[in-house]
Amino acid sequence: MAGNGKPKFAMYWAASCGGCEIAVLNIGDKILAVDEAFDIAFWPCAADFKVKDVEGYPDGYIDLCLFNGGIRTSENEEMAHLLRRKSKVLVAFGSCACEGGIPALANLTTAEAIFETAYINSISTDNPKRVLPQPVSKVAEGELHIPVFYDRVRSLDQVVPVDYVIPGCPPEPHQIWAVLEAIVSGAPLPAPGSTIIGAGKVSVCDECPLEKHEKTIMRFYRPHEIVPEPGLCLLEQGLFCMGPATRSGCNARCPRVGIGCRGCYGPLDGVDDQGARMLSALASVLGVGTLRDEEAKLEPMIEEVMKTLVDPAGTLYRFSMAHSLLQRARVQTGNSTQEVSDEAHQH
Amino acid sequence: MSATYEPVIVGFLCNWCSYRAADLAGTARLHYAPNMRPIRVMCSGRVEPDLVLKAFREGADGVLIAGCHPGECHYIEGNLKALRRYVLLKRLIRQLGIEPERLQLVWASASEGTVLAEAVNRMTEQLRALGPLRWRQTVLGGDGHPAAAAGAPKAEAVATPMTEEA
Repeated sequence: MAGNGKPKFAMYWAASCGGCEIAVLNIGDKILAVDEAFDIAFWPCAADFKVKDVEGYPDGYIDLCLFNGGIRTSENEEMAHLLRRKSKVLVAFGSCACEGGIPALANLTTAEAIFETAYINSISTDNPKRVLPQPVSKVAEGELHIPVFYDRVRSLDQVVPVDYVIPGCPPEPHQIWAVLEAIVSGAPLPAPGSTIIGAGKVSVCDECPLEKHEKTIMRFYRPHEIVPEPGLCLLEQGLFCMGPATRSGCNARCPRVGIGCRGCYGPLDGVDDQGARMLSALASVLGVGTLRDEEAKLEPMIEEVMKTLVDPAGTLYRFSMAHSLLQRARVQTGNSTQEVSDEAHQH
Repeated sequence: MSATYEPVIVGFLCNWCSYRAADLAGTARLHYAPNMRPIRVMCSGRVEPDLVLKAFREGADGVLIAGCHPGECHYIEGNLKALRRYVLLKRLIRQLGIEPERLQLVWASASEGTVLAEAVNRMTEQLRALGPLRWRQTVLGGDGHPAAAAGAPKAEAVATPMTEEA
């Protein structure tokens, strides 16, 4: 290790909003302790290092790298590989790196449709020539390259092996500090391998102080439709809350102030698909469709109520789309699908 | 890609009614489509949405959940929970680009071997018309991502997300 012998710290953002960097700064004056303990080797948001500098480091030079953001472009992916190579400990930091996060909601559509919206149809855009970003363009001086925009957002661990995972959108400052403090003090970390640190082991409901009774929901409400009764479980009141299917660690920050949990701390241990688990929980709390109802009427009745839950995919997989079982939506423009169904008709 | 596409249906049959309906269809020597792979579960209410999604991901063209008629559930209302999940799951898979016909629910009591057989026949025909799902190859494959392209069929690996014209 070169220079002052302090461990090297890096933080990088891929497809993210920058909130994770803010969350690190939100640990307050303890950031001084971090600065004292670590030598910053790369942190584009806070310090002036270039990719060339990182490329120049020997492999494994960085002791701790917090990587936030999903993998959306070829640049994101390149940086993930580079930082994996240069880091002893690579941490998927925040929901996007852990499980795709908000950017991964784009997996419900296509890169083409996103470009169409962003560069052509959006109301503030005037682009009559339909100019779209091109990975390679020829100009007088030669060829210009920009990163390729993939059709799917991935989590960090779907691209490179990750040692630890710190979930949250963004991770809570007290959790970040707990992890950093442990590292600074030299405390042994749990065995690496996508191990979740800086979060709880129970559900958000377990930490939530709101009063809970047996739930029978007759319909769902969107946040603007009702004012929740204070002190009472939000799901019980028909407000969608991911609490039952979400890992604790945030101290039930949203439900405490009357906003349903959005699920940013991800699924609990042993769960593959957070959205599916929440869907399962919803079925149990629905009070519509009982043994007293006629068999033929049950399905339409339940359908009517389920309609009050707007955008199930976007709601159930708000943060975990990339890490869900199906990972992205299917778009039926491919010729292969068509071909086969033609074959099937002949058959 | 095989020219003779045979749909694969993963069938979750409840122990008390529908699995027995399937048994009855067998002992009565009913002829029906051999496309369903039955999995016996104790109750249709035991079929977590994960199981359905996993079946789709791992290659099922359709998933059939079969349980007791409402009011006849061995566990009183497990089948009602199954129905509620099914209704929401159907909306969810539609958003994910899976035709709703690929997920079906049927009530078949232990004496209704023909009901189950007919449901399987009907669903098999519908799936024939829809064509295969092949989630891993067609959806998780070709999105232009090098990591995916390595394991994906050649024709689909060359996605060009950045074309000038939509």
